[in-house]
Amino acid sequence: MPEPMISLESLTSTTSFDQLLATAKSGGCASSSCGSSAKPNDMDSAIWEKIKDHPCFSEEAHHYFARMHVAVAPACNIQCNYCNRKYDCANESRPGVVSEKLTPEQALRKVMVVANEVPQLSVLGIAGPGDACYDWKRTKATFEQVAREIPDIKLCVSTNGLALPDHVAELADMNVDHVTITINMVDPGVGARIYPWIFYDHRRYTGIEAARILHERQMLGLEMLTARGILTKINSVMIPGVNDEHLIEVNKWVKERGAFLHNVMPLISDPAHGAYYGLTGQRGPNAMELKALQDRLEGGAKLMRHCRQCRADAVGLLGADRGQEFTLDQIPGEVVYDASKREAYREVVARERGDHVAAKSAATEMVKAAGSGNSLLVAVATKGGGRVNEHFGHSKEFQIYEASPGGISFVGHRKVEQYCRGGWGEDATLDDVIAALEGIDIVLCAKIGECPKDQLTGAGIRATDAYGYDYIETAISALYTAEFGVEPLAAMA
Amino acid sequence: MAFKIIASQCTQCGACVFECPSGAIKFEGEIYVIDPDKCTECKEAFDTQQCASVCPVPKTCVPD
Repeated sequence: MPEPMISLESLTSTTSFDQLLATAKSGGCASSSCGSSAKPNDMDSAIWEKIKDHPCFSEEAHHYFARMHVAVAPACNIQCNYCNRKYDCANESRPGVVSEKLTPEQALRKVMVVANEVPQLSVLGIAGPGDACYDWKRTKATFEQVAREIPDIKLCVSTNGLALPDHVAELADMNVDHVTITINMVDPGVGARIYPWIFYDHRRYTGIEAARILHERQMLGLEMLTARGILTKINSVMIPGVNDEHLIEVNKWVKERGAFLHNVMPLISDPAHGAYYGLTGQRGPNAMELKALQDRLEGGAKLMRHCRQCRADAVGLLGADRGQEFTLDQIPGEVVYDASKREAYREVVARERGDHVAAKSAATEMVKAAGSGNSLLVAVATKGGGRVNEHFGHSKEFQIYEASPGGISFVGHRKVEQYCRGGWGEDATLDDVIAALEGIDIVLCAKIGECPKDQLTGAGIRATDAYGYDYIETAISALYTAEFGVEPLAAMA
Repeated sequence: MAFKIIASQCTQCGACVFECPSGAIKFEGEIYVIDPDKCTECKEAFDTQQCASVCPVPKTCVPD
């Protein structure tokens, strides 16, 4: 089994800075030239420059780079039936949820502390817990202060779009080149079932009228962003029976208006959260329903499949929230930003990434060359760096890949309860993990015990740690060829 | 007449503060309060009370 060229595992630790720097400086080629080879062939260079370090806008970047959200914008101008910002649990990941709201000054200190401690940090986002464009003064004050201290951090906002047209010019002036708009409908009749009211132009609107105003403002905001070359991601919440079929129409509308990426997310609906949909029993889609809709949208606006529906105060790599390490009581009153760790990390990643892209393209060719009409759904346990490097029992999510005659593609992720705690596993938890892995053919992980492996087999899901620490695509191509490909040459002779 | 905020229900989002045309709402300690001397119920400014119209929680921003 080949050893990784550079262990990214060491980079996720915040304690060994010397080791990080030593790794970054040792051997290899000059960093900048290697990294550039990571650009996908079908992408414009200017766009690639904008997204290559943005974990939410680039599926490839999400293996390497982290984002943080600062909860400086609690005020909102619309009510959504899936939202309730009153409820907070530290363990859940859900938009709108935060443990503490920050002033712009507190946010600045937090961003500096995280930039010092989390070398993967590349993006600062403001995603509420209310609306970043409605609560504009606090959003703007935060961006201005952070940009002064950490000029290379990318700034982005997430908004419902109602107040967006009022601030597009300022967003452009502040070099905010990534904006996310949540658009759940283009038909106000559908919108009236999602939004009970909006507050606009000094009054509250309800029903179809509210949804029509919101729709018009969202389209206007999107067109204004496109006109200024700001990349726009569209978030849509998939609500079965309300807008699931309608999202096909939404995808067409946003593509025509220049949206860069469309992210269809499942409704999170739990009565315990206290949101209207949770209380009325409106269900969310299951993983296979979500995938079926996303598959139907292929060919329209480019789809995002790696969203983790993170909290409005999330910190770290997608899928591994470190927010609880950076609460206000852990942040000193005086903070000085030290750029060295982030710079060292970037050097390492630039090299690792070129290597990863080469491995990925070789793996894709292998799958295509196998000449099989079959496809394989694979769940991968990973903690970043694009490798199979997490133990089965430590996983809080699995990344799902599909290998098919067309190649290897990332199709989503499945959240699970961590099965192994302190050396032993809970059988009830394993049942839930098995349920969450419905439809999966094979699980890849760095390590798995015999007992959970047997139980998975009993449920029709194979699991193997034979490809531990390999690149994900390399492992999948080996599996696929073994499964469906031609016999190895030696065996044929 | 003035409006008041039921503190136990308030989510402290602060939307009422920047919609209030009279500058009557302040964050004091842990809660938002409306100064009854300054509150005009938005008379002559708007058709509806701005604080109550933007408040996300029903029956939280109400007549005193």
